[in-house]
Amino acid sequence: MSKIDLNEVSEMQFDILAEIGNIGAGNATTALSQMMNQKLDMRVPQVELLPFDSMSEKFGGEESILVGIMLGLEGDVSGMMMFMFEETSAHHLVNSIMGNDMEKMEPFSEIELSALNEIGNIVSGAYLNSLALLTNLKIISTVPSMAIDMAGAILSVPAIQFGKVGDKVLMIKTQFGDDEFVNGYFLLIPELESYEKILNSLGM
Amino acid sequence: MGNVIKVGMADLKVCSAPDTLTTLGLGSCVGIALVDPVTKVGGLAHIMLPDSTKITNNQNRAKFADTGISDVLSLMMTNGAVKSRIVAKIAGGAQMFKLSSDTCDLMKVGMRNVESVKANLKKHGIRLLSEDTGLDYGRTIELDPQTGDLLVKVVGKPIKVI
Repeated sequence: MSKIDLNEVSEMQFDILAEIGNIGAGNATTALSQMMNQKLDMRVPQVELLPFDSMSEKFGGEESILVGIMLGLEGDVSGMMMFMFEETSAHHLVNSIMGNDMEKMEPFSEIELSALNEIGNIVSGAYLNSLALLTNLKIISTVPSMAIDMAGAILSVPAIQFGKVGDKVLMIKTQFGDDEFVNGYFLLIPELESYEKILNSLGM
Repeated sequence: MGNVIKVGMADLKVCSAPDTLTTLGLGSCVGIALVDPVTKVGGLAHIMLPDSTKITNNQNRAKFADTGISDVLSLMMTNGAVKSRIVAKIAGGAQMFKLSSDTCDLMKVGMRNVESVKANLKKHGIRLLSEDTGLDYGRTIELDPQTGDLLVKVVGKPIKVI
């Protein structure tokens, strides 16, 4: 049995979790790139173990505005999956998929919001499917829900989940896109016990 | 002009006028702003969870409504506030994401935080003057102990004072 101690996550555990991010986010980026019919890059995934206070800094500070799409995870793995991007990136994404003028930056219409939600659904689905295949675990996701708000407020949701067991958040973070057109993150944030299940399923 | 003192998540601080206290991007967490209007001593706690007795790992007292409120009050009193004069204003406790599934009690934590904060203020005999809680958006707040005003900033909305 592999146990995770938030005060002492081993090198090996970090490496394996980063590899999960690599496979999951790789599939998700491919799905997004196909939808947009455009090449998208992906950075090396990072497994971040962060105190609550420094979490927002990784996403531009507490008050930077982000679009966050969240799916709850159920089945063998519980926790959440988040798909986050900057507001301009969200506009670019929607414009590209809906065939709008690329410079369109007006507030999102009802249909654009629903398109964003659906993008989140498809892309997160690709991430989670590959994770389920790899680990042979049953992973069910809830219907996605979206918020356009301050990073601090959006990240309070996973922070509270981890607040019940400690004072740090453990997340698998992968940045995708480039700095200009689309810039976003996939975050896989299982609960602590689910991390152990994932590692065990891989023979750790 | 005084300094603006920043209070992080699961954190609490006190100050005296002309300094002010702020906490950024409250989501489901609740910000509890306290002032003694006579000595102008202010306190601000940013709590994440309703009840420390339900959690085994509860050393970080500023994280919970019950222990956080009790600690910020004592700290204010050490700095010259008189408990019977302290009044409160609260903000936060939003539900950032709407999920259909009822199994996810995590989603209702904002509401439970607000309820617990109110119950704990009552237990200490602290009067709640005003609140801006619930709904589905994040808030940044700023407390000025000089006036007792609590500024609430929300994305895409005008700043309001409660």
